[in-house]
Parts: sequence; structure tokens; C-alpha cells
Amino acid sequence: MNISINWLSALLGIKLDPDDVAHKLAMLGAPVEAIEPVHQDLAGIIIAEVERVEQHPNADRLTLCHVNNGTEVVEVVCGAPNVQAGKKYPYAAVGTVLPGGLEIKGRKIRGIQSNGMLCSASELELGTDYEGILELDTDVPAGTPLLDALPIGDFCLDVEVTPNRPDLLCHKGVARDLGAVLRRPVKLPPIPGDPGDSQAPVQTKKSGVVGGVEVTLEDVEGCPRYMAAVIEGVTVGPSPDWLQARLHSIGQRPINNVVDATNYILFEVNQPMHVFDRAKLSGSKIIIRRGGKSETLTLLDGEERAVDHTVTAICDAEHAIAIGGVMGGRDSEVSERTTDVVLECAYFDAKRIRATRKAMKMSTEASYRFERGTDLQGMADAIQRAVRLIIAVAGGAEDGPPVDLYPKPVKTPAIFLRPERVAHLLGVEISQKDIEGYLTSLGFAAGPKNGRLAVHVPGWRPDVAREEDLVEEIARLRGYDSFPTEMRPLRPSSVPSDVTQTTEARVRRVLTALGLNEARTLSLGPAGGKGAQAVLNPLSTEEAYLRTDLIAGLIRSAERNWAVRERNIRLFEVGSVFHAKDGGGMPVEGRHVAGVITGARRPPHWSDGDKHVDFDRWDVKSLFEEAVQAVGARGTVSEEEGRWVLRDRNGELCGWADEVDADRPAWAAPLFGFELDAVAAPKPLIRFQPLPGTPPVERDLALLLPTEVTARQVEEVVAQRGGKLLESTRLFDEFRGKDMERRSVAWRLVFRSPDRTLRDKDVDAVLRRILEELKERLGVERREA
Amino acid sequence: MSEASPNDQLEAVARTIAELREADAARLTQFKVELLGRKNGRLTQILRSLSTLSPDERRAVGQRANQLKQEVEEAIAAREKELHTGRKSGVAADLSMPGRQVWRGAIHPVTSVIDEICEIFRELGFSRVTGPEVETEEYNFTKLNIPLDHPAADMQDTFYLSPGVLLRTHTSPVQARTMERYKPPIRIVVPGMVYRRDAFDASHSPVFAQIEGLAVDEGITFVEFKAALDYFAKRFFSADTTVRFRPSYFPFTEPSAEVEVQCQMCKGGGCATCQYTGFLEIMGAGMVHPAVLENCGIDPERYSGYAFGMGPDRIAMLRYGIPDIRMLFENDMRFLQQFAE
Repeated sequence: MNISINWLSALLGIKLDPDDVAHKLAMLGAPVEAIEPVHQDLAGIIIAEVERVEQHPNADRLTLCHVNNGTEVVEVVCGAPNVQAGKKYPYAAVGTVLPGGLEIKGRKIRGIQSNGMLCSASELELGTDYEGILELDTDVPAGTPLLDALPIGDFCLDVEVTPNRPDLLCHKGVARDLGAVLRRPVKLPPIPGDPGDSQAPVQTKKSGVVGGVEVTLEDVEGCPRYMAAVIEGVTVGPSPDWLQARLHSIGQRPINNVVDATNYILFEVNQPMHVFDRAKLSGSKIIIRRGGKSETLTLLDGEERAVDHTVTAICDAEHAIAIGGVMGGRDSEVSERTTDVVLECAYFDAKRIRATRKAMKMSTEASYRFERGTDLQGMADAIQRAVRLIIAVAGGAEDGPPVDLYPKPVKTPAIFLRPERVAHLLGVEISQKDIEGYLTSLGFAAGPKNGRLAVHVPGWRPDVAREEDLVEEIARLRGYDSFPTEMRPLRPSSVPSDVTQTTEARVRRVLTALGLNEARTLSLGPAGGKGAQAVLNPLSTEEAYLRTDLIAGLIRSAERNWAVRERNIRLFEVGSVFHAKDGGGMPVEGRHVAGVITGARRPPHWSDGDKHVDFDRWDVKSLFEEAVQAVGARGTVSEEEGRWVLRDRNGELCGWADEVDADRPAWAAPLFGFELDAVAAPKPLIRFQPLPGTPPVERDLALLLPTEVTARQVEEVVAQRGGKLLESTRLFDEFRGKDMERRSVAWRLVFRSPDRTLRDKDVDAVLRRILEELKERLGVERREA
Repeated sequence: MSEASPNDQLEAVARTIAELREADAARLTQFKVELLGRKNGRLTQILRSLSTLSPDERRAVGQRANQLKQEVEEAIAAREKELHTGRKSGVAADLSMPGRQVWRGAIHPVTSVIDEICEIFRELGFSRVTGPEVETEEYNFTKLNIPLDHPAADMQDTFYLSPGVLLRTHTSPVQARTMERYKPPIRIVVPGMVYRRDAFDASHSPVFAQIEGLAVDEGITFVEFKAALDYFAKRFFSADTTVRFRPSYFPFTEPSAEVEVQCQMCKGGGCATCQYTGFLEIMGAGMVHPAVLENCGIDPERYSGYAFGMGPDRIAMLRYGIPDIRMLFENDMRFLQQFAE
């Protein structure tokens, strides 16, 4: 919302400083995003009087002007055809910088020294008139700064207004909040040329006549209140300077005096209005009703729109002439030939406007305000002020009192405020007198009733509906900063912390310790694979589905790293994945952990020489096992179809590790990845094992395994037959020779008894049992030395 | 036994000493077994076979063998020490040469910020909980006092999955879920990912992290609310940080506040980061709206509370000076590696 400092100053009757206003508004809940100077670059321009005009001795089209700048008379060469002795013009002395950055220099023009410049409107960025210099109709003495004499120097504040505060979408509302802290009353500024008074609207139910126009309100739900006035004999033309300056100062383009007047009222008191040309109303009727089947209307923006029954339409005897609360129609628009106007001042239902605005995909100054709620109680004042303003700027006279169709007057009940409730919520005792003071300064009416305060909410504050809303107003006006910060004893939370958080923290700790960096990929992606949940309203096809796994995003991240010539990549992510449910409904959400590795297994070291070793599949296997361990998943990693998998008790796949496909440059190493359900399993408590006091016996066992026999099978037999004396088994070598049928695999077995020193024969007996079983069950034999 | 004379055998052993001084760890172990092994060590066998020699030979060979044994043992010990320390005895190593490194992984900067924030609130008795990212309109909006036909619902542009089902636009639904399940006193912080229909640019991401906080108990006041968030801000930034509370609007809090801290870049002097205000917004907060308590079955006359929400992505950007939010999702190794501890 653009707010003019001059306008605010006029409403509060004092000169305001833009920075101070910005700070105060921020502390009231309406922060200022930017402060834009308006015409402040004219600060160096003064008003000068031309005393005498002579022909330039060396140029036909130039004059030599004797200019009184307030302190002396200087000679200025001027090329404007309209310069006249005795008139006042804006004057830029030597050294003045014009808007746009041009600095005025003293120089000779055709042999005559010119001291400064008389300026045109375009040179001052006040208009586009290049024809001549800007003649000023003013009584101020020569030498007065231009900005002191003209109401054009201003500051425009870009105020951020939250959706609950429609009242701040106008100058009066902002002034009201500001006035409450400045302790200044708000008074609407006088209208130059004000005709004095206007007639009060005449309230009726559903129909009335004003200025020969019959107004009928049918759609009471969409338009609870509708007022109309008729002004005859207006002269449509440009607005006076002061009105144009006001609109310019908040970035609005003046259109004509009648429309400008309604816009002025909009930005002054937040009441959107619309004017129709009375002559263009068929049947001299205005009917407020719902739209109909195949009804259309060409709006002011030139677009033709359907006006169906969801829309509140303003109609004449034949057609729709406006979409109520959104935009007027082109055919009933005020033009230069218009003499009699119908002024509409209505209250449209916020939800209806919101639905219409969304359906038509258009937002206007009017719809924006109706959607947030306008002041149902302030309409009579608004229409009367608008009538006076139109007459002041466009002439004409009111044709009878306005009609006010208001079939079901709304009475808002008082809110009861308990002073002890204020203290209970805010933690500070605030006297009833202060509470009343804060509320009345904002326009609330408050009076004691049965130990409580009965508070009547003004029409411009639709957001205030219950006691706590008033508490906020009190806190806001007292100033949030005025409350102390004091901690009191705490009771512990009854809510237990989530186990997932502990599990995921452990996974992160383990994987970073193993050298992987934590990554974050978008959970929205392009892949709509099996079971992927689609987004109904995606921003782009790149983000049209929820991910079903993390690995795809990590592979893309690896490729991105390759693209910047990074060969060594180690990434993991912990995040959410989603699977669409058959037949719709809420998708199933899960947490996963996944990782990718490629490139050097360790940072290269100078002592390694040429030897450098890249990650291989055995690295990703152990990484996967570490992740399984960190997650606390039950079950063991097994092999399926050339990759490692983890299955839960029901045989459901809940993790895998493998080499993964990627768009890999020739110089890059293979990419390995894994992914795993990050089920929240509390880690089983670690039990201490007593430390052995007896020595171990180590035996190396080199075995010949037939092709189909796996190391896991051998280890299972070894563990079974090894019995209690077998402490650990470690595979330490594999050798594949010329024998294609068998390979040699070697284990180191450690035997130990907790209570005695083992002798060779004890161990030999166990080894014999192991070897017999291996031979029998797997056809595995000991390799000959 | 070979036919070489004991003396020849001894000299062969002597020749291996030079090789031994250069051996790597594995070869050295082999040497130990080969030369000194208790069963088949070459020197062990020579010494064992002394009894078969003439007395003269026995003395000469025995002396030489023992001398060699000592030499070998010393050489092995010296070589072991060299291998162990990486330093050549007698030659001073250049200790400025780089040490052998391992890869160090980094926690993502946003995760670090989340952990740190949750840690501070843990000191204030907040437990750490999570909730689903797919939500219903009811939990994301209605229960939080955001009517869908009010402009307040437009404050967050929403991704829908199906009618009524959406990707949560904030972590606030977990407030309602927790209040429905647990009785006060409730103190929770809720980190998680949220979704807004914003195009990816330097300061917006359609997916980003948020941390929600909620405290509900008897007698919680605006004063305590301010105290808790002031404590947090001073612990997270620095003890001398100025914290400012500004009125604001969120449908689920009343009164609502924007919490700001003195700009960390300019120390309040005004700079581009704080848009020349000297302050940076770090969170939206307020006293829990009584309608929200009612919607979750908590009596607002008896209980009151406060809630807050903040964006760890933005806080991480401020804290580490990261200029573009997209870097937090690109997973460039050169970026992530900077956060390794």
C-alpha cells in the first residue's frame, strides 16, 4: 500500500518525518518496505519573477529576461515563446541540478551571458509539456523554494499491510493508528472548493429512486448494502493540481476529475466507488442481482467476461453494466461528454468477491479491499464526501439525497473484556483506565459493565471479533518492547522426543565419520515412475512428482559435481520419500537414507607414489552395512541378483547397495550407491562382555571352494561347528588360480576358552570337525600347503 | 638340509641384511620367520645343528651365528622403528611434508543450524518431534484458524496432491497433531521440510526447512513468550544481540509478533542485507490463538501458550554468508566440504 506523507500530515494536522513514520508504523505492525522521495529532486528550484523581457540582440527566437530571484535581478536567456513580464516561473540558478542529473552552468548564448534557466514542466519532470516554460499561478514572493509553494514534494511509503487489516489500505486508517501513538486526532482535510454540505442518504430496504434512477437490490447476500447518488451537470475534464498531485504521490495516474475523485476517496477512507454515466443506463434503472446464463460484459480493461450466477452483477434494465466490487463495464463508463453521473458506494460480500476474483483471475484495487472487508458503517460519510468532492472538482449539483438500500442492518455485538484476562495473557497488570485509553484512541467505544469493559468495534476493524483480539490491540499500542522478558520456572514437556530424530542424528554422525558429506535434494522431481505421487498444480514438469527414492537426486548431484570436474564424490542424504496409494488418498510417507561414492578411496598422499586406489563395490558394501547398523535395522545384508539387499522379517525389500548407472564422463570412476529405510528402531542396549584372561590360539584355514559355494555358507558351517571355543572368523584372502572349478579362500580363526589355556590338540579336534562338515556339506577341502 | 656348508649358509644370511634394511612391513615379517623362526628359521637351524660339528667348527660357527643373530635382530628392530615412525634412522625427515589424510564428511549447514536451534530449546524443556509432510487442509489450515475462503490462506501458495490433500506449507500442523495427542504441559520444537509454490530463485525454494515451536501450559504469558525467544536469540546469535518484537499477523497466534535481531552484518547500522533497517526478521511468533486451542480440545481459559516458526535455510544463509538458497540444494562437494568440522 502506497502512503503519502503529505496526505498523512494533512489528516493529522502536523508535519511528519518519513523515517519516524516508518519506524512507528513498523512497531505498530505495518512495516514500511521502502521510502520513495516524490519530486524531492526539485529542492533547488526557486520561484522567480520575470520583470522585463527583451529581444535577444543576436537571435530572433530567443529573449533576454530580467529575472528577480528574490535577492537580485539576473539576466537569463530564454527560448520559450510564452515568457511574459510580470509572471512567475520555476527558476534553476547556476549550480542547481535538475531532475535527471543535468547541472545548470553559467554560459554565453549567442554572445550574451545567461545566468540560470527558467524551466518547463518536462524539465522538472512535472509533465510532458515541451511547448514552453511552466507558468505559476501563485502569490508567494520571488525567491520562495518551489516545493514550499506547490504541494508536490512528498515521500511515498510502501507499507506492508497484513491481510487482517483492510483499514490500513487507506490514508485515514494509517493516520488513525499513527495518531493513536502520537496522541493526535484524525481529521479529514478540507476539500478546496468544497460546496459545503451534501444530503444524507435515505435508508430504505430493497429499492429506492435517486435522480430519476430506480435502484433495486435483489442479491442481498452478495451485496448487503448499496448506496447511490446522482450528480447532474458535471464537466468532465482534468483534475485540479492538488488532486493530481495527491494521486501522483502514491503512484496513481490521474484520469479525469470524476474518476480521480472516487479514487481519492478510495485511498482516503478505503471505500471503493464506481461512477456510471446516467445517460447510458437503459431504462434509468440499476438492479443488483446475480448474473445469468450466457450473460457477458465487456469490462473497462476491454476484456469480455462471462457474468454467471456466482457473480454479483450491477445491471440496467437490459444488461449487466458492472461486475460488483470488481470492475465496471466499458459501455457505461464516464466520458468527456458525460454530464450526469450515478455514484455507486456499496458493500460487497468478501467471500463472494474472493470467489469471483479467483474465477476471473483478476484482482483490482476494489476487489482487493472488498475481499478483506470494507467499513459497512462508514459508507454514508464516504458517499457524502465523494459527492462534495465531485462537485468541487467537476461542478454540478446533487439531484436529491442518495439512496441507501440496506435490507438487513447488521448490529455487531459488544465484546466483553476482562481486565484480569488482559493481565493473565500479557503477564503485566494494565489499569482499566489505560485499557480504555488504548482502545478509544483507535476508535473503539469502551465502557465498564459488570466489572468488565463492553467494547464496541468500529466498522473498519472486521478483524476484531473476540477478547484476545482486543488484548492484542492493547499490547500493540502499549508497545511490544515495553513488556519485560522474565522467565518463570518450567514444567517439563509431557511430549516425548521422536525416536526418528535420534536415529537420523546417529546415521548422520556415522556417515560423516566415514567421509560422506550430507546432501539435500529437492523432494519434488521430474520422475513419474511406478508409484510416484503426482502434484496437481506443479510449477514445472521438473518438479511435478514427489520422489519415491533418494538415490535419483543423489545421482543427479553426482553428475552435477562431475560437470564441475570433481572426481571424488561422497554424498548421503536422510529424507522423506512418498508412494502414491492405489485408488488415491493420502500417499504413504517414509524416511530413507541413501548415499553415493565415487573416486579416490582416500585423499592421495605423496608417499603413495603412483598408487592410487578408487572406491570399489566392497566399499559400498561396508558403507551399506554401516548404515544398516546405524539405523538399527534388523536382518542381515544378503546377496540377490548381483547386488546386496536387506529384507525385513516379512521379506520386504528395505535396502540395497550396488554400482549405479549415471551419466559419467570418461575420466570419472564408477559410481556406487545404496539406499535404506530409515526405520526408527531404538538401538538395543550395549552389554559389556568380560575381557578374556586366557591367550588366544590362531589358525589360518585355506580352503578350496567349488564355484557354487559362497563364503557365507562356509562361515555358517565354521560358526556352527566351531562351537564355544571359536571366538572369531576373518576372511583374509581369495585366490583364483587356473583351476576354473574351485577357488581358494583363506580365513583366520581365533580360538579361546574363557577359563583355560587351549592346547593344540583341543583346537585340532575342533578344526577336524569343521573340516569334516565342510567336506560333507559343501564339498570344501583344505588346500594342500 | 642343503649341502652348503654352515659357513656358506651364514654368509648368505649376512647378505640378506642389506635387503632387510629396505624391506616393507610384510617382507620384514617374512624375514623374521625365515631367519629367526623357532622351527625352521635359518639361523635357528644352524644353531641347532652345531652339535653335529667338530668342536673347532662349532666354536667358530657358533660365534658367527650368534653375532649374525644379534645383527639381524637389531636390523629388524631398527627397520620396524623406521617403518613405524616413517623416519630413516640417521637421515632427518622433512617434517613439513603433508601427513596422510582421511576424507572428512560434513553435516549439511542447514542441519547444523536445525540441531543448534533444537539444542537451545532443549535447555528450555522442549522435546523434538516431527510430523508428516503430506497433510490435509484441515490440519494445514482449518485447525490453525486459517479459513480457506479468507485472504490469509493466500499468504502461502500451496501444492495440492488431490482435493483436500496437500504438501504442508508450514510445520504448524504438528502443533495441532501434538495438542490433540498430549495434554499440557506441552513444549515441542518441530523441524521439517515444508513446501510453497514459489519458483526456484536466489531467495526462494519450493521446498525448504522450517522449525516450529509450541509451548502450552497454565499461566504462560506474553512476558514469558518474549523471555523464551529473547533467550533463544541471545544464545544463538550472541549475548549482546538486540532482540526486537514487532506486531504482525498470523491467523494462529494472537497477539502475533515478528521477532527481529540486530543485523549481524552491519550491527544495526543499516546495510543491504537488512534493507537498511538495522534489523533482520528471524521468526514469526505469538501467543497461541484461543481458537486453535479450542480446535485441538484444549480449554483456552485454563491454558495459554506461545508458538513460533523460523526458516533454518535463511538463518544458515545469514550465519555463513551464503548468497543463494539454491546452493543449499546443489550438493557441490566444494560447497559442502567447507562445513566439515
